[in-house]
Amino acid sequence: MDLDFNKEQEMLRKSVAEFLSKECPFDDVRELEDSEKGYSPALWKKMAQLGWMEACFPETYGGYGESFFDIIIIMEEIGKKAYPSPFFSTVVLCGQTILEAGSEKQKKDLLGKIAAGKLIMALAQQEVDASFEPADVSMPAELSGDQYVLNGTKMFVQDANVADKLIVAARSSEGVTLFLVDAKDPGISCRKLNTIGKDNICRVDFKDVKVSKDDLIGDDGKGVDILEKMSQRAVVAKCAEMVGGAQESLEMTVSYSKQREQYGTPIGGFQIMQHYMADMKIAYETCANYLYQVAWMVDEGKATVLATSALKAEVSRQYKFITEKGVQIHGGIGTTREFNIGLFYRRAKAFEYVLGDADYHTEKIAQAAGM
Amino acid sequence: MDFSLTAEEQAFEKELEVFFEAEMKNAPPEFAGGLEGIYANEEGNNFHKYMAKRLGEKGWIAHAWPKQYGGMEATIMEQMIFDEVRGRYGAPGIDAFGVGMFAPTLLVGATEEQKERLLPPIAKGEVFYCQGWSEPDAGSDLASVTTLAIRDGDHFIVNGQKTWTTGGHYSDHMFLLARTDSDSKRGKGLSVFNVDMSLPGIEVRPLLYMDGNHIYNEVYFKDVKLPAYDLIGEEGKGWDLTRQTMNFERSGQGAYAGMRVIVDELIGYMKNTKRGGKSLADDPINRKKIAQLIIDCEMGTTLGYKIGWYQSKNDAMNIIWSASSSKLLATELAQRLSQYATEIMGSYGQMEDDPEAPMGGHMANLYQFCKGMTIYAGTNEIQRNLIAWVGLGLPRLKFKP
Repeated sequence: MDLDFNKEQEMLRKSVAEFLSKECPFDDVRELEDSEKGYSPALWKKMAQLGWMEACFPETYGGYGESFFDIIIIMEEIGKKAYPSPFFSTVVLCGQTILEAGSEKQKKDLLGKIAAGKLIMALAQQEVDASFEPADVSMPAELSGDQYVLNGTKMFVQDANVADKLIVAARSSEGVTLFLVDAKDPGISCRKLNTIGKDNICRVDFKDVKVSKDDLIGDDGKGVDILEKMSQRAVVAKCAEMVGGAQESLEMTVSYSKQREQYGTPIGGFQIMQHYMADMKIAYETCANYLYQVAWMVDEGKATVLATSALKAEVSRQYKFITEKGVQIHGGIGTTREFNIGLFYRRAKAFEYVLGDADYHTEKIAQAAGM
Repeated sequence: MDFSLTAEEQAFEKELEVFFEAEMKNAPPEFAGGLEGIYANEEGNNFHKYMAKRLGEKGWIAHAWPKQYGGMEATIMEQMIFDEVRGRYGAPGIDAFGVGMFAPTLLVGATEEQKERLLPPIAKGEVFYCQGWSEPDAGSDLASVTTLAIRDGDHFIVNGQKTWTTGGHYSDHMFLLARTDSDSKRGKGLSVFNVDMSLPGIEVRPLLYMDGNHIYNEVYFKDVKLPAYDLIGEEGKGWDLTRQTMNFERSGQGAYAGMRVIVDELIGYMKNTKRGGKSLADDPINRKKIAQLIIDCEMGTTLGYKIGWYQSKNDAMNIIWSASSSKLLATELAQRLSQYATEIMGSYGQMEDDPEAPMGGHMANLYQFCKGMTIYAGTNEIQRNLIAWVGLGLPRLKFKP
């Protein structure tokens, strides 16, 4: 057992943290949240130049990634800075799907472009019934000659408004299948939804969108399997972002409580505040340590549904707990747009819905435990 | 970042599983485990003492000690594996007070003569200890103890009362915290002693728990003559030594492994039980409860590894808050487990060790016993204070009475 990060990982963490602190302070985060695009194309380019995307893919496909921990570290730091970008959609959701099931040609072409920062992608899975279950995908993909025709609506598609390409889960005669679609197809219309995370969550409508047989990701009818395998990794990456946010929320709250004085003394000296913060620390530490253990399992090819679901369920619950208490300890000022703790309070709720909420994952745990 | 076990560690785990699998066949029927299992009745205590002897023969009691005192200098990892496997089997045999607290205290604070005299019988599983800390007016505020031990030539004369003495009725010795300077206040003037419980003037009276079980005691000292050679560490420096002992008290992984086994038993019970024609295992509320218990066991186990990691690096500050966190998590989880189990069982949840009780009635017993867990060994409120002060660097306000 060795529960420390190695030198290279520490260096990666430091470089991501320094970049984001310098290039995207919290005031800029608020501006990006209010902008139409929801992210900064200029910073996206710089991220690529720094090699963040390359770190997530193997050498054969234009990257230099060796360990799943590289993604975990980048996501944790992104989480700490509440940094808005299509990194998770592009690199994790779509990148890992392509890595899992794409053809050799797709991997070389698409992953190479993602690694170079030249392609932004979004994954369209959920539908109007808001089911998290890949098997519940019902949008039809009808075979007509040698192409498929997509018609229907996808909901909660993050970054569809800025994506160049979409991966769309739709149901062919063989079952749920993944299609690679040009986001600028005239049959596609996209509306950015007003959401709590202000994070490019979109509704996407498809009207007679034609997809060539060459643009399937994986085999016809194998979509559920591919999405489930991808989710095993992606959910851990999302939890890293949440754990990073939880850490920042705890730290900014503790630091605020040491400065803010009432009754002539720092409020952090009051026992009720201390007990809230002790509970926040336990919540953060248990989640962070479990995150690393599950990430290690992913790296070793040993991840189980029980472990990844336990992680997402608990991190969803505890990130909300930490940010809720964080705002409470800040007092009235914590509820303002100007103060940073609110960025995290909103993200904790928004991220709860990514790849399954706590209820969805607790049911998975019950099944995995033989019930 | 690497959570794997070495081949040697895996082999050790296997060896332990084989050992406990065989030895637990000697347990009395309906053995409950935990403090209740080993102190509430004669059969349970006999089994505890039998198991201690067996563990002593294997060398696993003194596992982590230096070789010169009969130890094997086991790594922290090996100790964690031992705790985890023992926890999984609910096996007794490790005296939480003698082995868990007093022996490490002796190792850091006793003279060579004392170590050579007192450690081997503990290592062999032949001598059992109780803890002489709490008093009626000194609980969380332990430094305010008033029991006196006044020097008289080569003896100390002890007068006073201790309480909450777990297992005192089955113990050979006590480690006693007493005031050796009658004019002293709080942490100053306290000393630690090794006390033979058979000395004249010591009286042990039961302090029955709410369910009627005899686990705790009151211990009265009336002019008890302690030989001076049983003073541990320097006279008047007992508070520093005791604070070190507190950190030994709060480790204790293995609790999660034990609870995980109970959760599996509970799942088995649910799958075999119907209410209103439906399996208890199919009820969505029950499923959610079970999932939360599993999550908590998983999280706690991993935190346990992290504590071990801090211990292996002698990272004192991180050991303190993380051990406090684990005490808090494990005890509140035990309460949640017994709460959920007794809820899932419906009206059967109230049945103690009755022939018709599900799971031997252990959950109704745990429901009562576990209330004490968030109070003993440093209340969970005290643990939260420690986490805030040591783990987060929050200011410690002085009381102004």
